[in-house]
Amino acid sequence: MNWFTKTFSSTVGRKIVMSVTGLFLCSFLVVHLLGNLQLFRNDGGEAFNLYSDFMAHNGLIRTMEWVLLAGFAFHIYDALVLTRRNQAARPIPYQNNHPEENSSWASRNMGLLGTVILVFLIIHLYNFLIPARFDGLDPVNIDDVEYENLYAEVVYAFKQWWYVLIYVLGMIALAYHLIHGFQSAFQTLGLNHKKYTPFIQMFGYAFSVIVCLAFAAIPLYFFFFV
Amino acid sequence: MDLTLKVWRQKDRNSAGQMVTYPIKGISPDMSFLEMLDVLNEDLLLRGEEPIAFDHDCREGICGMCSLFINGRAHGPERGTTTCQLHMRHFADGDTITIEPWRAAAFPVHKDLIVDRSAFDRIQQAGGYISVNTGGVPDANEIPIAKSVADKAFDAATCIQCGACVAACKNGSAILFVSAKVSQLALLPQGQTERYTRVENMVAQMDIEGFGSCTNIGSCAAECPVGISLENIAMLRREFIAAKAASENLP
Amino acid sequence: MVLDSKVPEGPLAEKWDKHKFDIKLVNPANKRKYEIIVVGTGLAGASAAATLAELGYNVKSFCFQDSPRRAHSIAAQGGINAAKNYQNDGDSVYRLFYDTIKGGDYRSREANTYRLAQVSVNIIDQCVAQGVPFAREYGGLLANRSFGGAQVSRTFYARGQTGQQLLLGAYSALNRQIAYGKIKMFPRTEMLDLVIVDGQARGIVVRNLITGAVESHSAHAVILATGGYGNVFFLSTNAMGSNATAAWRAYKKGAFFANPCYTQIHPTCIPVSGEYQSKLTLMSESLRNDGRVWVPKTVETAQRLRKGEIKVSDIAEADRDYYLERKYPAFGNLVPRDVASRNAKQVCDEGRGVGATGLAVFLDFADAIKRDGLNAISQKYGNLFEMYEKITDENPYERPMRIYPAVHYTMGGLWVDYNLMTNVPGLYAAGECNFSDHGANRLGASALMQGLADGYFVIPYTIGDYLARMPATKVSTDHPAFKEAEQAVAAKNSQLLSINGTRTVDDFHKELGHIMWNYCGMARNAEGLTLARKEIRRLRDEFWRDVRVTGVNEELNQTLEKANRVADFLELGELMVEDALHREESCGGHFREEHQTPENEALRDDEHFAYVAAWEFTGVNNEPVLHKEELKFENMKLTQRSYK
Repeated sequence: MNWFTKTFSSTVGRKIVMSVTGLFLCSFLVVHLLGNLQLFRNDGGEAFNLYSDFMAHNGLIRTMEWVLLAGFAFHIYDALVLTRRNQAARPIPYQNNHPEENSSWASRNMGLLGTVILVFLIIHLYNFLIPARFDGLDPVNIDDVEYENLYAEVVYAFKQWWYVLIYVLGMIALAYHLIHGFQSAFQTLGLNHKKYTPFIQMFGYAFSVIVCLAFAAIPLYFFFFV
Repeated sequence: MDLTLKVWRQKDRNSAGQMVTYPIKGISPDMSFLEMLDVLNEDLLLRGEEPIAFDHDCREGICGMCSLFINGRAHGPERGTTTCQLHMRHFADGDTITIEPWRAAAFPVHKDLIVDRSAFDRIQQAGGYISVNTGGVPDANEIPIAKSVADKAFDAATCIQCGACVAACKNGSAILFVSAKVSQLALLPQGQTERYTRVENMVAQMDIEGFGSCTNIGSCAAECPVGISLENIAMLRREFIAAKAASENLP
Repeated sequence: MVLDSKVPEGPLAEKWDKHKFDIKLVNPANKRKYEIIVVGTGLAGASAAATLAELGYNVKSFCFQDSPRRAHSIAAQGGINAAKNYQNDGDSVYRLFYDTIKGGDYRSREANTYRLAQVSVNIIDQCVAQGVPFAREYGGLLANRSFGGAQVSRTFYARGQTGQQLLLGAYSALNRQIAYGKIKMFPRTEMLDLVIVDGQARGIVVRNLITGAVESHSAHAVILATGGYGNVFFLSTNAMGSNATAAWRAYKKGAFFANPCYTQIHPTCIPVSGEYQSKLTLMSESLRNDGRVWVPKTVETAQRLRKGEIKVSDIAEADRDYYLERKYPAFGNLVPRDVASRNAKQVCDEGRGVGATGLAVFLDFADAIKRDGLNAISQKYGNLFEMYEKITDENPYERPMRIYPAVHYTMGGLWVDYNLMTNVPGLYAAGECNFSDHGANRLGASALMQGLADGYFVIPYTIGDYLARMPATKVSTDHPAFKEAEQAVAAKNSQLLSINGTRTVDDFHKELGHIMWNYCGMARNAEGLTLARKEIRRLRDEFWRDVRVTGVNEELNQTLEKANRVADFLELGELMVEDALHREESCGGHFREEHQTPENEALRDDEHFAYVAAWEFTGVNNEPVLHKEELKFENMKLTQRSYK
């Protein structure tokens, strides 16, 4: 191994990869959410369809998709490697264990939460990205130009209660994942300071709750109000 | 007090173990937890049974020899307390108490409740020192150290190497222990010359020993009997990142 | 046999430098041909092993704990003395020397004590360079505090855990040499015999405490740094594993044991709370700066208090006896350790003790809190009060603390010369294990100083003088002397395992402790000591007939470990009694009731007893032979201590 691979295959190095990719994925959430807010415009999906068309054809965005994919891949790969290592580090479990006395549930169940999010993600991609990219959607005309009507797809999906439920559950899992993960990423990068850490923790909490609430509001909005 | 103890018994490293139940009567609330075990062991001896093997030495909370995972907690239910300083008044008459050894692949069980913590020594040997020979050192007051820095280094230096951090951590990570030494020496001017090599080597050894990876759960610091702070872990990572970026050490 | 202390000629201040020049050296290339065994990894052992390895010797280091960092030096609280004079308050090497000799009640060797004071300054430099986080002032320089027996502030400290921080420094130096391969470390390994070949110490026999394997290790010299024997009393401030076995087995192989009766009883410990008690916890001596020591004036009041008929607060000021302030108006509560301890015993013997057992006195902070406020007291002593509350479940801010003296340190030990070599060539003793530089009483913060002085700065030089005179040829562990020792160790273990009697090891140990405490504790007299000797012999006989040790040798067997140690304590106890009986005077920690001033103070007999009593083993149940090393005081004037 050279110094580079050695660095990033050590336990500390892998966690650094997880924190950097995790924070990057957080930034993606923000961009994704801002775009999705178009769904709340009461314009029959016009703005949203324009936005999705832009996302599908802009070169920079398409490139970033690959970076995003790599981010997910590294985040998940290192999570798997570390989880296996951590399980091997305690081959015989305690017969009586009370971890709730010393740590939060979310922090101890990041793997479980991550898996739920991954399952959600697959469903989500199957719902929207795959049809949009590969299958072709119904056309819709906006200012005499033909676009694919992803909005209709959204409306259709979120009229079904089990989809709404899956999405809401996915967002709850994400919220808990982020509540621990956001501030944890800073700790992993060594950013722990008496002045700034309380702010990071507060911000991370607010970020997790607000972002996930906003995402969860979309299916609920369509189910109940559209 | 009358109690029921469920204790992990294991003949040696290669044998399988199991929990064995022992009723015990007439325990005084003023006894320490280990004195309660002494009483049980005296009973066992007189009955011709093998007494329970457990590590202990100073019994004043500083040597770090005692361990025990009591009722699901490292060093028992009281925070900031080693097992030897835990007193029976924190339990109630009729309680059932489970006692298990530290569980970690890097801490194999020698016998009953005694585990092998030599992995910690090997991590220290990988770099937990300042390379000065005896003699030929400058006068102690030659390098002033700000009180705040000295105090911080001291806070890190109070680690008693008991292993509760590993025992409490869901991942069996030793990073709190390693970070305490890395921080102490990285904070002091005397430790600067070897700071990069130290953190690189100690982290590498920690990984070789088979400890898990930290996921910032925080149970280590919560259960640490001497209150080693999570800030040290952040410091270790800063040192690690700086070392990997700046040192000229190749593997 | 005349004991030669090998103290160099010349003026006191020049002896050590002159000696270092006069002794032979081993050249660097030859050092790697020599092997040295160091038993014990406390301050003396770890520092000696590390320093010897740095010099180039090959070192094998042994400890019974699971890690060298757990040796009981770790528990020292207060601090370490050094004649740095950083406080500009008139300290000097000579003053530290003077205080130590006087504090030891004029029963230590001048030249050794002076050297101790000399190298004390190097210790602090060394520790700081290793990263030991001593307390500092805001300006960044080192802080000092004052301590008993001195009028200057020369004690360096690291909060309440100076011992741990110093030991971690030595442990780190040890680790560095282990990593370099110069030290081979054997944790969980207990020395059970010394091997002598052609009159020289050439190795040890050990038991691996995990597997039970009995193994031999050969070397060119052996250093014992195995601590003191306070656990002969069962209850002491020592760690549970602290034992005398290594030193005792060396004694039985011909090394002389010096001044075994000199034991230090520390006045401020948390009292015994019941028969189950396994260990005593020390509360820092500094508490006596603000706390007032008292007991009820009358036996009746004390009795009613013990029965719970009245509360502490019911006892009027006029019914309290602040006995230290009454008897020693000049020093009050701050009299030295031995005086404070003896007086506590006296009032309890009168029936005026407090607590359930009646074996405790009050240490009361009510006046201090009234005077300085709760905050000031809590800032000074908060952590100690917390520790007290943890153990006793009583709040010392509201009720006076209860304290009682406890065995803390042993000044006696293996006899050594100026080079720290015992009378057995090639066998050295360092730290508390040797009979030391503290005479009949050790001053606070001096134990850490001596351990590190011996290990860092004395033995590494003086051992070269011995090695330079011997060839580097090795003795094989197949040598008959090793085989014989191995067999003896194995036989002893089998014997212990085969008795299968009715009493446990702890039971015997407790009974021995009671005998020692009652007759060879804070106050001793001929009648009691004679009785104790008889009792110990009876108990020892019974032990070898009726002890129960379960399990087998070939496993981790803590009962067998204990049995071996207690077997040795049962012999050592008798020697302590013997020594106490022969020393017809009172000095420091040794108080013979027959020899006291009209004011009940220790009365020395310099004419007849200004010597080191070094005992030679002649067989269990045989009278040991006494060898005397006369103590010459060329620089100090012997005076009677007074604290009125």
